[in-house]
Amino acid sequence: MREINVDKITEIVKEMCINVNHFLSEDMREAYKNAYDSETSEIGKKILGQLQENLEIAGEEMIPICQDTGMAVFFVNVGQEVHITGGNLTDAINEGVRQGYVEGYLRKSVVSDPIIRKNTNDNTPAIIHYDIVEGDKIEITLAPKGFGSENMSKIYMLKPADGIEGVKEAILSAVKDAGPNACPPMVLGVGIGGTFEKCALLAKKALTRKAGEHSQTEYVKELEIEMLEKINRLNIGPAGLGGKNTAFAVNIETYATHIAGLPVAINICCHVNRHITKEI
Amino acid sequence: MDKYIETPITDEVINNLKAGDFVFITGTIYTARDAAHKRMYETLRNQEKLPIDLKNNIIYYMGPSPAREGRPIGSAGPTTSSRMDKYAPELLDLGLKGMIGKGKRSKEVIDAIKRNNAVYFASIGGAGALLSKSIKESKVIAYDDLGAEAIRELKVENFPAIVVIDHDGTNLYEQR
Ligand code: SF4
Repeated sequence: MREINVDKITEIVKEMCINVNHFLSEDMREAYKNAYDSETSEIGKKILGQLQENLEIAGEEMIPICQDTGMAVFFVNVGQEVHITGGNLTDAINEGVRQGYVEGYLRKSVVSDPIIRKNTNDNTPAIIHYDIVEGDKIEITLAPKGFGSENMSKIYMLKPADGIEGVKEAILSAVKDAGPNACPPMVLGVGIGGTFEKCALLAKKALTRKAGEHSQTEYVKELEIEMLEKINRLNIGPAGLGGKNTAFAVNIETYATHIAGLPVAINICCHVNRHITKEI
Repeated sequence: MDKYIETPITDEVINNLKAGDFVFITGTIYTARDAAHKRMYETLRNQEKLPIDLKNNIIYYMGPSPAREGRPIGSAGPTTSSRMDKYAPELLDLGLKGMIGKGKRSKEVIDAIKRNNAVYFASIGGAGALLSKSIKESKVIAYDDLGAEAIRELKVENFPAIVVIDHDGTNLYEQR
């Protein structure tokens, strides 16, 4: 058994919150650059230039990339050989979020109840998804999620007979509906299969995959490539003002499902697709 | 076309703005998003006075991140406008001339824009660090308890935005 103290987890989570809201990962910065180079619309190119400038200013002056610093979504892989000491893991993560968002000048965007809507003033609680894995480490992925794009996400319970064509239609219609609201160029996380909640979770997790990396399953990889091309022909473009860069990436995850079903979830993320992973 | 405009915004200026124009706004603008709109709506229902003078002014749909010491504001980009669609026509009828946000508007809002000779601008979503550079002062003037959602008075200099729906109802999002 390897022991890990909760204070260490809190400290790391706090740093992750601050870091992820000021610096995009290398794959995302690469995606911005490729989009800028390939954009043919004059207005689209101008906007992509400004988005790159925004990233520079954010990092240099420590101003969050976007004012919506999101709801803190975590994927935590806990090694079964790990013994957590000094407290409770969920509390430790929430304490890290609290410290990161308060001390890091990040926006507090969470209300404690969906109807009463009172701000919690520290951006907690976080949304935490745990997995128990082999080994003696904890791997924490944080992907703060802004709601301009979250609100445009969709879930469809298709019929098996709808097949892959039904999936393609679902993805395209979600992107069309999202349009300028989702701050394009977007990143799409798609979950296919599982149950109602499993496909949504797959879609969310797919957003944390590196932009430009493809599925290991051949037909899924082909679908990712085909859908990215189709989406980029919709002429929604940067900021929804036209152009060929409507999406940076389409990341699809699949899972076993029931004989009677074909669930599809499309989790839309904006160009500020923040994700960071740390291993303890 | 690039156009430089000042607030309060006059009818002559509005008549001259066309969907697709890049504008740089200088002067005072006000922020309000979901919760502030809801409260303004309730204030009007109670026949009370609004905390801001709407006449010929611009509302920016924005809730900033907190300012670091010595800075007027944190990250300050637009939020999705459609959530304010329920409230916007009434505010336009009361004299509001401009709105800054991102994304599509409802038919009711577009009708109110035409009826009142107003304008809808978009600023670039997700460019909050860049946009914050054109904001020189920021002061909470109402609904302090709403935190990021309070109403702020901003002094802006050459704040960049794009005319999306002009006074004729021409809509840039539909023209691509
Ligand atoms: S959708 Fe993304 S880029 Fe747009 S405002 Fe929300 S967090 Fe920022």
